[in-house]
Amino acid sequence: METVAFWVLAVAAVGFGVAVFVVDSMARATFALLASFLCVGVELLLLDLDYLGVLVILMMIMEMLIMAVFMIMYMMNPGGLMPMTMVHNNRGALAISIGVFTALAAGIFLTPWPPRRGTVPADPTFSVGQAIMGPKMLVMMVIGIAILATMIASVVLATDRGRYDRPSHREDGAK
Amino acid sequence: MNLEVFLLLAAALFSVGLYGALSQQSIVMLMMGLELMINALLVAGAAFWFYVSPGTPDGQVLVLVAVTVMALEMAMGFAVITALFRTRDVDMTDEAGHLKG
Repeated sequence: METVAFWVLAVAAVGFGVAVFVVDSMARATFALLASFLCVGVELLLLDLDYLGVLVILMMIMEMLIMAVFMIMYMMNPGGLMPMTMVHNNRGALAISIGVFTALAAGIFLTPWPPRRGTVPADPTFSVGQAIMGPKMLVMMVIGIAILATMIASVVLATDRGRYDRPSHREDGAK
Repeated sequence: MNLEVFLLLAAALFSVGLYGALSQQSIVMLMMGLELMINALLVAGAAFWFYVSPGTPDGQVLVLVAVTVMALEMAMGFAVITALFRTRDVDMTDEAGHLKG
């Protein structure tokens, strides 16, 4: 049962991933990417990662809905009304990605993977919670600072005028 | 199911994302390729945790970091595109080659 679910979700995840770059409209591409993420989230649930699977599903739904707004802002082909191509160097990119896939697949099947150490804990969520609040706390602290830095940096970059610009409607006419 | 098939899924997602990142003209579509590549990292990290060392939570922490990186990458990417679009009216990779050596 789980094996069937794995293969169905795996094919769907890759299929939706391909659809992202095949569909005409960028809004449709965003929702294809969302579908691919949802398949991956359920794959994580198959690996007993209840918390991370649900986290991926919820986070990606929100992220892709925000992304859809930006996609519509920067859409090259509104509504997918005109068939057009949005790619450059298609053949080269195809050759490189097929080559990378072949190399990765060869590596996957030729590498002698180590045997399994330890057993899956009764509650993996509990163990990851204890890790990030204990020995792995540095990771969480770095993530927190990275999120703060990203918030500041993205606002500074996206704002209309930079830090040292003056408003143009000042009385002395300085700009 | 075993480690190999999960890694194969990760490799397939990574390659599709790489194709997108290399071939798309629009910068936002390029970022979708990058997101797919990080998506592959999630699958690979989770599979390594489950099949290689489920006793320690290191793999789960790695997945947590990858999820965060994905969100941050999207936020920074859109900020850069907005800045680029404001100053130069550019939303295509071909027109944003000013730093090309």
